[in-house]
Amino acid sequence: MTVKPTARVREASQQTDPQRSPAPARSPSGTVVSLRDAAVRVSGRTLWSGVELDVGAGEFVAVLGPNGVGKSTLVKVLLGVLPTAAGEVRVLGEQPGQAGQRVGYLPQRRSFDASLRMRGTDIVRLGWDGDRWGVPLPGRFGARRKAAARRIAEVIELVGAASYAHRPIGQCSGGEQQRLLIAQALVRRPELLLLDEPLDSLDLPNQAAVAALVGRICREEGVTVIMVAHDVNPILSRLDRVVYLAEGGAVSGAPEEVITSETLSRLYGTPIEVLRTSDGRLVVVGQPEAPAIHSDRHAAPGAGEGKP
Amino acid sequence: MMLLADTYPAWSWNLVADLRQMWAFPFMVNAFRAGTVVAVAAGVMGWFMVLRRQSFAGHTLAVVGFPGAAGATLIGVSATYGYFAFCLAAALVIAAIPRAGRSSGGQESALTGAIQAFLLACGFLFTALYQGLLGGVTSLLFGSFLGITTAQVWVLAAVAAAVLATLTVIGRPLLFSSVDPDVAAGRGVPVRLLSTVFLVLLGAAAAEASQITGTLLVFALLVMPAATAQTLTARPSLSLALSVLIALAVTWLGLIAAYYSPYPIGFYVTTLAFAAYVLARLGRAAGQGLPRLVPVRGAS
Repeated sequence: MTVKPTARVREASQQTDPQRSPAPARSPSGTVVSLRDAAVRVSGRTLWSGVELDVGAGEFVAVLGPNGVGKSTLVKVLLGVLPTAAGEVRVLGEQPGQAGQRVGYLPQRRSFDASLRMRGTDIVRLGWDGDRWGVPLPGRFGARRKAAARRIAEVIELVGAASYAHRPIGQCSGGEQQRLLIAQALVRRPELLLLDEPLDSLDLPNQAAVAALVGRICREEGVTVIMVAHDVNPILSRLDRVVYLAEGGAVSGAPEEVITSETLSRLYGTPIEVLRTSDGRLVVVGQPEAPAIHSDRHAAPGAGEGKP
Repeated sequence: MMLLADTYPAWSWNLVADLRQMWAFPFMVNAFRAGTVVAVAAGVMGWFMVLRRQSFAGHTLAVVGFPGAAGATLIGVSATYGYFAFCLAAALVIAAIPRAGRSSGGQESALTGAIQAFLLACGFLFTALYQGLLGGVTSLLFGSFLGITTAQVWVLAAVAAAVLATLTVIGRPLLFSSVDPDVAAGRGVPVRLLSTVFLVLLGAAAAEASQITGTLLVFALLVMPAATAQTLTARPSLSLALSVLIALAVTWLGLIAAYYSPYPIGFYVTTLAFAAYVLARLGRAAGQGLPRLVPVRGAS
């Protein structure tokens, strides 16, 4: 599939959503991530190609698509861990992997081994200085150490993990671990946060709570968030944009522009139907080889565009 | 013919006098020096090994020291060089085994086990070829503190210094990539390279520990002090310090006990370390049964 509906949809979304994002997100100078005709090959197979994407500062973007389409791969490309086969990728104005601590990352994960004897604070601390060589020097670097301790305490407070951060992380619940890992990703004050299925394997109340936390970090801390998601519904009301990945390209735009029967059918070249439940949840039917977006009872008060 | 009681010096409960008596013999001074060096290196390396769940690799690295030492004796050089040559070579082989993420851990274990079994058999062949070594096999496998030369102590000290210096430099990124390899890689930490460097350091530490505890009982110094320390506390720096302290304590007590009794040092060091581990587990199990005092901050 070589059609690139991307550009058209992007234009459409820019026309329709001036009221959507109060942040000065759309100016070209505020572009945090840009992909130009990007393609990726993993062990000889092209996962996606011809992907065009621009993410502005302060935006909350979800990356969607069926299993195996390369959503996590996109995150790894943005991290600079995987090379692109073609095209150009810029992250915070630099080559992927060059932006260092300006990018926070939360990988797709199961959980920590229950027998791992490290406290939550130690895990957060690894995000602060775990990539530095040598040992922290005592004495005249005491001020720096105090600053580190203050920032770690602050970020743990921000994610609401203060009451269990001193416990060994293996003994924390999935939701608690996820909050601590978000704290770890945030501790160096990144401008861009890459989250790979952070709501996966959480129960429904925790999904809603972590989604709210990420939305709050995006709005209040001004961090650009790109979240790979299996189910768009828990975050639907907070999203500025969604990106649907397919083999031949990607479509991005406002959720109500992209998650439609017409756009998705065109992108995947197969009939796809998007249903809207009475409370505003979206259900995608007929998506290739995927259990599709399944429902969730997230319903934030005053939720926005996803609602009828 | 002397009586057993005369063969082994009497323990007087006067620690200073006892130490002075032991240290009157140069071989005991060297044994304590070597034991101290080995305990510090093994305590630190073991801590990372337990954290990284690489105990099996550590065991294999230690066991291949046996054919190394036997082969070295066979061709007439110091066993110390045999230990290091084989342990470091095995570390590079294990590091070269390709692994794509944690899912292939099973294959890594199988390959590591295959290497271990083959080299153990080679060691047996070497001892069979070298007829005179028969009495030495036990001490290669289960440890001995006799006959450590000053030159050997210097080799041990130099290797331990190199291991600890390297670890000081790579410590934090190694910790990061041990606990959280994906995030560490995202931050630009060379996870794969660190894993190789770690295995080489572990090979060196295992070769060192083998010379005190023997190749089969190397877990006494590599695993048990670290596992005990990590059971006692979840604070990384504290548990690292505890691991070294426990390794030092069991080595010194083991040396003293072995000097004053007819039984081998490997048994004492292992038993003491095992006792510490069992006590720590029991203590933690008991502690978990009781209501715990935890600092509560913020509203909950």
